[in-house]
Amino acid sequence: MRTALFVTCFNDTLFPNTGRAMVRLLERLGCTVDFPLGQTCCGQMHFNTGYQRECVPLVRRFTEVFDGYDAVVTPSGSCAAMVREYHGRVAEVAGDSRLAAAVRRTPPVYELSEFLVDVLGVVDVGAYFPHRVTYHPTCHTLRMLKAVRQPLALLRAVRGIDLVELPSATECCGFGGTFALKNADTSVAMCADKVRHVLGTGAEVLCATDNSCLMHIGGALSRLRTGVRTLHLAEILASTEDEPASAPRTAEGATHR
Amino acid sequence: MTVSSRSAAREEVLARVRSAVGDSSAVEQSYAQVPRGYRDAGGGERPWEAGAPQTVALFLERLADYGASARLVDASAAPSAIAEALAGRSASTVVVPHGFPEQWRAGLAGVRVLGDDPPVGLDALDAVDGAVTTAAIAAAATGTFVLDGGPGQGRRALTLVPDYHLCVIPADRIVRSVPQALARLDPVRPLTLVSGPSATSDIEMKRVEGVHGPRTLEVLVVAAEPPPEDHRPIDDPAES
Amino acid sequence: MNGTTFLGMPAFPRAARDALGDAQLRRNLAEATRTIRDKRAEAVGELPDWEELREAGRVLKEHTLRHLDRYLLQFEERVTAAGGTVHWARDAAEANRIVADLVRRTGRSEVVKVKSMATQETGLNTALEQAGVRAYETDLAELIVQLGQDRPSHILVPAIHRNRAEIREIFRREMGTGAVGDDPADTDALGDDPHELAEAARRHLREKFLRAEVGICGANFLVAETGTVVVAESEGNGRMCVSLPETLICLAGIEKVVPRWQDLEVFLQLLPRSATGERMNPYTSTWTGTADRDGPREFHVVLLDGGRTATLADPIGRQALNCIRCSACLNVCPVYERVGGHAYGSVYPGPIGAILGPQLRGTASAVDRSLPYASTLCGACYEVCPVKINIPEVLVHLRARVVDDSRRRPLPRLEGLAMAVARWALSSPRRLAGAQRMAAAAARLLRRDRPIRRLPGPLAGWTDARDLPVPAPESFRTWWRRTHP
Repeated sequence: MRTALFVTCFNDTLFPNTGRAMVRLLERLGCTVDFPLGQTCCGQMHFNTGYQRECVPLVRRFTEVFDGYDAVVTPSGSCAAMVREYHGRVAEVAGDSRLAAAVRRTPPVYELSEFLVDVLGVVDVGAYFPHRVTYHPTCHTLRMLKAVRQPLALLRAVRGIDLVELPSATECCGFGGTFALKNADTSVAMCADKVRHVLGTGAEVLCATDNSCLMHIGGALSRLRTGVRTLHLAEILASTEDEPASAPRTAEGATHR
Repeated sequence: MTVSSRSAAREEVLARVRSAVGDSSAVEQSYAQVPRGYRDAGGGERPWEAGAPQTVALFLERLADYGASARLVDASAAPSAIAEALAGRSASTVVVPHGFPEQWRAGLAGVRVLGDDPPVGLDALDAVDGAVTTAAIAAAATGTFVLDGGPGQGRRALTLVPDYHLCVIPADRIVRSVPQALARLDPVRPLTLVSGPSATSDIEMKRVEGVHGPRTLEVLVVAAEPPPEDHRPIDDPAES
Repeated sequence: MNGTTFLGMPAFPRAARDALGDAQLRRNLAEATRTIRDKRAEAVGELPDWEELREAGRVLKEHTLRHLDRYLLQFEERVTAAGGTVHWARDAAEANRIVADLVRRTGRSEVVKVKSMATQETGLNTALEQAGVRAYETDLAELIVQLGQDRPSHILVPAIHRNRAEIREIFRREMGTGAVGDDPADTDALGDDPHELAEAARRHLREKFLRAEVGICGANFLVAETGTVVVAESEGNGRMCVSLPETLICLAGIEKVVPRWQDLEVFLQLLPRSATGERMNPYTSTWTGTADRDGPREFHVVLLDGGRTATLADPIGRQALNCIRCSACLNVCPVYERVGGHAYGSVYPGPIGAILGPQLRGTASAVDRSLPYASTLCGACYEVCPVKINIPEVLVHLRARVVDDSRRRPLPRLEGLAMAVARWALSSPRRLAGAQRMAAAAARLLRRDRPIRRLPGPLAGWTDARDLPVPAPESFRTWWRRTHP
């Protein structure tokens, strides 16, 4: 099976460790991934903000870059949802039937937890992470992909983990892409409640399947000097006794490891 | 509003609809394709086992859930149960619509009965202690009974203006579900579906019973044997 | 112009900011929405065939809209045959004129009203007032809003933003003064127990019901096959309004029609469980034209377009017309829960309001242009919608409409420029890599090794309350190239 990694522009630029963790994890599981260097962005930010026209070249590039692979795996539930739900719409709005046909040929795009559990059939990935962790199901992973059980199944199988339930977990953190800027006050109000619930669990680490949401909640956790760090699911799953997840990412800790 | 401007508006709205949806052919075929995988679609399979013990039990449970007092009585005990209920309210005058089953009327002996013939005025209706009726049909799953203005039910104001409603329902008029009940009703008649006493959730979304309709609802379900004379058989499709 | 937004409403973000600062409002909304969310979940969980009912509801609505002209004509024919009269209104003003004329013809100057979104939408009460007719709202929440000279903030529970103490104050102030009638209720002794407040409303409105000559209602459903009108309610005020007066006028949107009586078996299961979280609402009234010796002698239906046909013309946006006004989407919306209904600037708040309002009214006003953005696209609304309206899909569709409109303006907006630059950079991996190197260099230059705490301009919205990570010194693609030669 030829599998390509779609790291997403956001992780590529801001959270490269997530991509590196994914490569390490998948290779450990015997799955070689390719990283087609022509990849850029799925177009989600433009599409969700109303700039559908601007998405057309991004969607076209996506179809070209990943053409011919058997599967695409990505560390972002919302980018996976964008490709699955809306790339066809972009082509339709553009009135571009060739692009529409190319979109239909796009290989299946999986969010990491779906790929591990549903495609590779693994639940125990051999990870070791001796920390108290709580999991926030991000909205698009939860409601668009409906990947509800996979991330939790993977986390439960991690050795040493103290996985605690997040109250009101399914409630949105208030990120919403450009919503966080256009409706900053409401976004912060939502984030405040999420932070309250996270702190209530006593967890050291907040985990999710989207770094965008984690950047949002983590931005508030950091501003408030809570000492709670955020980690993408991939980084916890990649962590082993020999190669633990790298330095913490909290208020005063460096963002990069 | 002149007739011509009325019809101009009509034509324009219809034209806008048509231009919005395009040609609207094959209505029947398209309607037939509506997926109806839910339970009891179209009333479901017959026989419905109306009045089956578990259906009656469910009906009573669901009514009680909504704050109605509800109980099952034997046919022979129906009159005394009615009398007891009215005595419990200290009712002295009640309105009882035409066609209320004769075999239950003995229960009304202790009260003054207004027959709504000629029609009772609204102020007089507001002054009575309650209304005693039967119902056309009931759906157990939602604790709903339906008044269709038929015998023993009267016009809608009778069961609305008084503060107390005692509804006496033969068990075999109780079906399981909402689809089963709707399939037995005649939509041309004015219908009232009643599920518990009047209520509101308008203050802090918390349900409070008793606003404008009868604040107290009492239901007596009369066990099937022997059937009342005017009882309309439930599985007769020609009925209503 | 079909219907209006509330006068002088600022765009959503501003209005939301004000609402967020209202501690009482936040508390009231959080309490009320949590209560109703839990109740709904329980009532829905009881039905093993809920998903089948939703699918039937969705397809029925889509089918009806596709053949709306036929069903409207059929409905008109059946109502007329049953002794009623059907009127057609192209817009809100025409609907109000028709209703006011009908009331005037009865020679009466008072009407009792059942809660109706259509009449809220057209601003009927104001129009009646101008015609010298006093309209009494009889639904408890509408009464609270009317007496408090307030605006509705929820579709089902317009006074959801008020708690019991505030409601008691409104009742004490307004019921005692005789300003809205001559009710004898002893308002000074009024407590704040919901039972007592409901009792006060009962006494306040009793006389009005008993002497009402004209009733005005909306409709939950109009059955084309039979000409039947359906009104679902809880308090009995609806029954009062539709069965006691001599004249009854029903104002309903054209999308309220359903094909057959049988279809109510779907909607009467979907609506109450989604709306109040009850298995069935206490009262549902149905009637067809006029009846002998029961109820109004005269019956009119006014069918309102009011932007609905324009909505119908949009293949993606038209699903908003499936709405059965249950409010489930409001109750689960994390944005609504925090800012309440007033911030949405019109009678349709919450997620459904954000897709319905800008379609019914168009996107000319600042409020209507901001509404499609009043959502994080979390999808909780779609998940609970009993007729499966994909609200996030319509929201992003309407955002595109707003953006495309703005492209026609002479001066480009800052956001548009930023998006164009982003598109340019993201259209080529070389440009993206270049941008990443520049960002990393800038971070090094500013010696940033810690999160960013302050950004200028519109980006300050983020950093006012949240830190932002700096771009990585080495992007993923650079690492890949270095390690996978």
